[in-house]
Amino acid sequence: MSQEGSASRKERARPIYLDYQATAPTDPRVLDAMLPFFKEKFGNPHSIHHSLGQEAEEAVEEARAQMAGLIGADPREIVFTSGATESNNLAIKGAARFLKENKGKSHIITVASEHKCVLECCRKLEREGFTLTILPVERDGLIDLAKLEEAITEQAALVSIMAANNEIGVLQPSAEIGAICRRRDVLFHSDAAQAVGKIPFDVQELGVDLVSISGHKVYGPMGIGALYVRRRPRVRLIAEMDGGGQERGLRSGTLPAPLCVGLGEACRIAAEEMEEEAVRLTALRENLYQIVVGSLDGVVLNGHREARLAGNLNLSFLGVDAEELIKAVPQLALSTGSACTSASVEPSYVLSALGVDDEVARGGLRIGIGRQTTTEEVSEAATILIEAVRKLRAQAPKAAM
Amino acid sequence: MANRPSEIYLDYNASAPARPQVIEAVAEALGDVGNPSSVHRAGRAARARIDKARRDVASLVGGSPAGVIFTSGGSEANNLALKGFRGHRLLISAGEHDSIINAVPSATRIPLLESGLIDLEALRRSVGEEKGPFLLSLMWANNETGVIQPVGEAAKIVHEAGGLMHSDAVQAAGKLEIDMTASRIDLLSLSAHKLGGPQGVGALILREGLDIAPLIKGGGQERSRRAGTENAAGIAGFGVAAGLAKEGIAGYGELAELRDCLEVRLKEAAPGIKVYGEGEPRLANTSCFGLRGMKAETLVMALDLAGVAVSAGSACSSGKVRPSHVLQAMGADEEDAGAAIRLSLGWASKAGDLEQFLDAWLAHYQRSQAA
Repeated sequence: MSQEGSASRKERARPIYLDYQATAPTDPRVLDAMLPFFKEKFGNPHSIHHSLGQEAEEAVEEARAQMAGLIGADPREIVFTSGATESNNLAIKGAARFLKENKGKSHIITVASEHKCVLECCRKLEREGFTLTILPVERDGLIDLAKLEEAITEQAALVSIMAANNEIGVLQPSAEIGAICRRRDVLFHSDAAQAVGKIPFDVQELGVDLVSISGHKVYGPMGIGALYVRRRPRVRLIAEMDGGGQERGLRSGTLPAPLCVGLGEACRIAAEEMEEEAVRLTALRENLYQIVVGSLDGVVLNGHREARLAGNLNLSFLGVDAEELIKAVPQLALSTGSACTSASVEPSYVLSALGVDDEVARGGLRIGIGRQTTTEEVSEAATILIEAVRKLRAQAPKAAM
Repeated sequence: MANRPSEIYLDYNASAPARPQVIEAVAEALGDVGNPSSVHRAGRAARARIDKARRDVASLVGGSPAGVIFTSGGSEANNLALKGFRGHRLLISAGEHDSIINAVPSATRIPLLESGLIDLEALRRSVGEEKGPFLLSLMWANNETGVIQPVGEAAKIVHEAGGLMHSDAVQAAGKLEIDMTASRIDLLSLSAHKLGGPQGVGALILREGLDIAPLIKGGGQERSRRAGTENAAGIAGFGVAAGLAKEGIAGYGELAELRDCLEVRLKEAAPGIKVYGEGEPRLANTSCFGLRGMKAETLVMALDLAGVAVSAGSACSSGKVRPSHVLQAMGADEEDAGAAIRLSLGWASKAGDLEQFLDAWLAHYQRSQAA
């Protein structure tokens, strides 16, 4: 209670934002690119008989090309959606249902640490009569490729394995997974919401058939995303949203031209700056990690040490509940895990999937850094965190009594 | 820009330009970081913005804030409304938007009268045959003709037979007083960009106590009725647009004077013109008309060259050359339907816009008569 005065004083300043895996701030260049399409270029991109509509349509198509360019795809392989969740729903349910109806395939495979919406979609299919295999992850968060190979049956329609995890940042071996899926003639869907724009991601090199992309996680606007749908060999889907037949019938609804333009610009920037940015963020992350483990005992790094996003750390401080820690540092904007589930008090299912005990799972703090994070912010955050952990640990025995 | 004349935009039913206050709100929200599901301060600020918008959007149509499910637009709202009630028999009017018709191709179609209004007698007969649960989808106002349907009366018929009532109010909201609670509508679809908000956001509003199976599954957003990180900036813009639209409803009817005056002058020039939904309850901003023999597609392009943007039929299908199913449901044959164009006015329209349209239309008319 004694710290309340200083906490509320500190809370008046803008907190240091360390939640880049939940959402990233829209890049000002993205906003600049979008604004004309709210103001003077406001046409409906499907009203192609007048020039305002055509102007919007051209801009949408340029954005589509920018999106495709970032992942080595053909623009015709990009379907704009309202976000990665919709993309995941369309990819998983759309492809699985098509293959069941047309090829009689009824087996889907995913992984225990996938994003909630991927798991939800798979469970929905299970209720519709699909067989569902949920692969475990190893202690470092990565899957065992041999287990994947083993799990694929003759009936397998689809494998859905994310490129980068939203909580622990680990990068699954997508190229190897793609090769296995190719060889076994099963579709490979990759939820790449956290990966695209952060790490090199080439649909040809990785052998993916379906890729979900999020706008706001690549410094674009919220409310837009994309699904990559391979044309050769052609991947067929049953659409979820019917209507005017936009996006080649795969996703009806007026395309939001300003949001498409924003996503396109975000992709253009990412393509240009991603490599350098990853080097900078890796250095910042390592610096943060070194300061923390250099000052505190009982720190557990969740997820593989190297095979992870440059901008992600997931740490458990033994003896400290992550929720308590977050409350103790209002100057920092942090999460325990996925924002979609962060209102619940259950320990993270992603951390539980690693096989760690409850104490570590409850202690997991996700630290996400990104484009606007500065060296000063990282040092300041480290100091604040270390101080708070020490204080909470000092109080802990008293609380236990 | 230099290579084309100044634009007169008369295609508000396709997409309305966002109002300046809306753009400001969207830009401000985009500049702030924060996932509305995150519990930290940045997240809570985004959440507060969404809650405010939820109240403003509900208030525009007399709905309850808790019933508002934000979606990516009107098409998604319509798909959710119809696909969220599996096991229900579905009835739709013959003049519904493509996102209704194509979402449920096997639905029973209730015919329209020549006036464009739903045939209530046919509806009564049809619901009389329903044994199990059913849902009627009837748009509040038509996107092509502006004809306003008797949704309250239809809802009464539907409820007496034990059914549910959905109304696609994408075109009606903000253009006339809507009270979904008083009209006893169970589900109502809205689109932000049709009422001066941003593209990429809409809503399905449920009456209190009604639940629905989600179309998009995942995180627990929107009370587990629509997963996906909320389009926080878009939703904020939607809220502002809804507030402004509500303020503007009282004066909205004034657009009818401009429109009616235009229709009179068109008919003076070419008495053969057919105005669809004329004399019926119609949105004040919409005029759909055609002159047999004057092809809409050519006309729309000629008008565009003259700097006037209108459309032939609805924008979703205007990429394809296909006569309007709405006009055909009103008894128009293929040639008549293929000649119809739609003018739709909005918040930034001025009397001079219609003058310029009329000049351009007359020029094309005279050329076609001379040929």
